[in-house]
Amino acid sequence: MKITRTQHPFFISIFFLGIFLLVWHVATISPTFDPTGKTEEELLVLEFNGDIVQTDDGGYTWNPEKEKVKGVPGPMTVAEKAWIELTEAFVIKGTNDHGIAFLVGYTVSRFSVGFLAASGVAILVGILLGLNQMLFRALNPFIQILKPISPLAWMPLLLYTVKDPKWTAIMVVFMAAIWPTLATTAFGVNSLRREYLQVAAILQLSWVKRLYKVILPGAAPTIVNGLRISFGSALVAVVPAEMLLGELGVGYLSWIEWNNLDIAGVIFAILVVGTVGVLLDSGFNKLAGLVTYHE
Amino acid sequence: MSFLSIDHLSKYFPNHSGNGTVCIFQDVTVKIDKGEFVTVIGHSGCGKSTLLNIIAGLDTPTEGGVILNRQEVTGPGLDRMVVFQNFALMPWMTVFENVALAVRSAYPTWSSQEINAHVNKYIALVGLTGAETKKPTALSGGMKQRVGLARAFSIEPKVLLLDEPFAQIDALTRGVIQEELVQMWNATRNTVFMVTHDVDEAILLSDRIMLMTNGPSARIAEIVDVTIPRPRSRETIIDDHRYYKIRNHVIHFLVRHASREREHGAGNQTESSPSDPVSINFSA
Repeated sequence: MKITRTQHPFFISIFFLGIFLLVWHVATISPTFDPTGKTEEELLVLEFNGDIVQTDDGGYTWNPEKEKVKGVPGPMTVAEKAWIELTEAFVIKGTNDHGIAFLVGYTVSRFSVGFLAASGVAILVGILLGLNQMLFRALNPFIQILKPISPLAWMPLLLYTVKDPKWTAIMVVFMAAIWPTLATTAFGVNSLRREYLQVAAILQLSWVKRLYKVILPGAAPTIVNGLRISFGSALVAVVPAEMLLGELGVGYLSWIEWNNLDIAGVIFAILVVGTVGVLLDSGFNKLAGLVTYHE
Repeated sequence: MSFLSIDHLSKYFPNHSGNGTVCIFQDVTVKIDKGEFVTVIGHSGCGKSTLLNIIAGLDTPTEGGVILNRQEVTGPGLDRMVVFQNFALMPWMTVFENVALAVRSAYPTWSSQEINAHVNKYIALVGLTGAETKKPTALSGGMKQRVGLARAFSIEPKVLLLDEPFAQIDALTRGVIQEELVQMWNATRNTVFMVTHDVDEAILLSDRIMLMTNGPSARIAEIVDVTIPRPRSRETIIDDHRYYKIRNHVIHFLVRHASREREHGAGNQTESSPSDPVSINFSA
């Protein structure tokens, strides 16, 4: 069947996006201020409260400053905010007011350090547990208890022990990323076909060779699945960790915009978090494609 | 002293309830000469693969031991290479890499040119030249086992252990590969210990066929000498007047033991009192 232009999913995506933006726009239009039926006194009170301001021609209009925090901003407001933020992406205005590019950079590097460290530890321990069934069964109860703990639940304790919010944020990512990889690596190594290890044993491969030539590549598809789950949960953990710790990053951006009561800024921050997630995820998928094999 | 000696070997597994043991096979004693091709036939579950794994050093016997070339087998080693029923090729490696992994381990001092030449020689021997860069997924079952054979022969082991090597290959291809194995064996005269279900395969390839009774407590009941002269081929061997005598004898044995199991049920201890296997010889 020939795919014509109108059948391309891209156009359908654009269509739905258009509908969404339109609904959003219409739903967030606030009516212009109508002074009819209001006494001079009532108008004075409204102006005094800052709800309305007098325009140059003597009429009244809603106070644009107060508008900002009243209701959900429309797509145009968010787009304006995004434009301002993106044009100032590389500007540092103050200690806590860094451009969006810096914030993304902080989050990505914080995430990467925690995730890579957790993956390294999880894969090593996972291989050990996968090869030693006795050890696995001995430690499995602890893993089962530690696994469901929300990484954020560790934060007060980590903050108390590490005493540095920078490292605490990284440790939260670490805690979020370690368990899924650990569990699936142990499973992947343990369920590696016995014949592969038997071949390695007959060929008298050294431990290092056994690890690099047989165990790691054999368990790689399962390990990658574990990494993918870890990746997701670490990405989920990094945003609230930044919010709670006040560490500069995209999570911090979302929270500081909330503190400023800048809802357009909050929506922009949400979109940035999503974009960062997509970028990290596509990089990860490229990596995963390299190590997967079919039996 | 024979080249490979399987000496009063017994294997017990813990039974399902956890207390006590089940005897898989008991008191298996076989002496195999250098260059001999010996096959074990028996029903599923009689422990033939366990026996092969013990010789390979991948499993340990409960009693008895295996002596190869005056040395007791204590673990797996390059002198005893296994050809696995399910090929056991590393799916993440190409055909060349699979064979090269073995060659590099067997000849650690060789240069990469020597290794490449050796690998290519054995890939050519099994007729897979041109498929070196393919992954096992891209190969048919027959081609996969050819790689398995190339890998096994390439390290020139003292003993080749074939664990139902052609069980997962379709019947037509199986015949072709059996013929290739005959030729490879004629060229190398390796000592081979094979486990199989296939009576025709056993007669075509073996010098001696050991018939194993059903488990538990299986034992080798009879040893049949395959007196048909070599070189053999699938086409001519069926015309030999001894072929059907041997074949019928083996099949009678297998059918007899299958029905006996149905009558008495598993765990019948009376018929398995250890005794020396009966030697059967259909000479001209």
